[in-house]
Amino acid sequence: MLDDEQALIEKLRRRDKAAFAALVRELHGSLVRVAMTFVRSRATAEEIAQDTWGNVLASLDQFEGRSSLRTWIFRICTNRAKTLAVREARSTPLSELDQDGEAPVDPARFDARGMWAQPPEAWRDDTPEGVLDRAQAMEEIERTLDGMPPMQRAVITLRDMQGLESVDVCNALDISESNQRVLLHRARSRVRRALEQLYAEKDG
Amino acid sequence: MLTCQQITTLITDYLEGRLPVMDRARFQLHVGMCKNCRRYLRQMKVSVAVLGMMPPEPVPDNVMESLLARFGEWNP
Repeated sequence: MLDDEQALIEKLRRRDKAAFAALVRELHGSLVRVAMTFVRSRATAEEIAQDTWGNVLASLDQFEGRSSLRTWIFRICTNRAKTLAVREARSTPLSELDQDGEAPVDPARFDARGMWAQPPEAWRDDTPEGVLDRAQAMEEIERTLDGMPPMQRAVITLRDMQGLESVDVCNALDISESNQRVLLHRARSRVRRALEQLYAEKDG
Repeated sequence: MLTCQQITTLITDYLEGRLPVMDRARFQLHVGMCKNCRRYLRQMKVSVAVLGMMPPEPVPDNVMESLLARFGEWNP
């Protein structure tokens, strides 16, 4: 377990309100997003996220640090969501994976030999900071995330936004490692396309 | 020799270290010689890094209040 994570757990156990508030701010939106994978309505997902915090508090003393704290919290969330999903009679939408043909790049941009016919343009300031400094970049990414099928959104949220390990994401979402990789690839490719579009609209 | 289109399909497998050794070598060979694919790979990496820097969605005030109230009553 990381030292700063141990310190955070100690703070929570000492009832440090600020530490709890900071953790909620960091994770709550992602919990709602992940819950949306299992249930239909945003309101139910919000409820699941709030219940998750209740369960976190109730079990924190039993938390043994076999996984990271964040992984543990996400797992509580998905377990709760799965229970409700059964009640709502909604199955996990792995059918997303059946839809093949979500190409990372429009096939029309390659020639007959599979080489670039319309290669990617350079992005000015192509550093993460440079991208985020661009007007509309954050809004565009948010829009892209909102437009993703739920499983893609959950995978990219947990992996790239929350920094969970792939094995923990697979456990939380009950998917195989290779399915996880397919979803991650589609989701990341969507984000790159959205940013490319943004640069193309605004002079590169 | 891998095509550029194949590179765009294999990037996440490559970044996740899941390409078999020979494919990994082919991938690196192609990217080493192809400026466009180098650029594409860089844009994918930048996209991933940007996601890691996105600020969290704001928590609605009423939600935060009710969670803090629960925390206040917490009696483990």
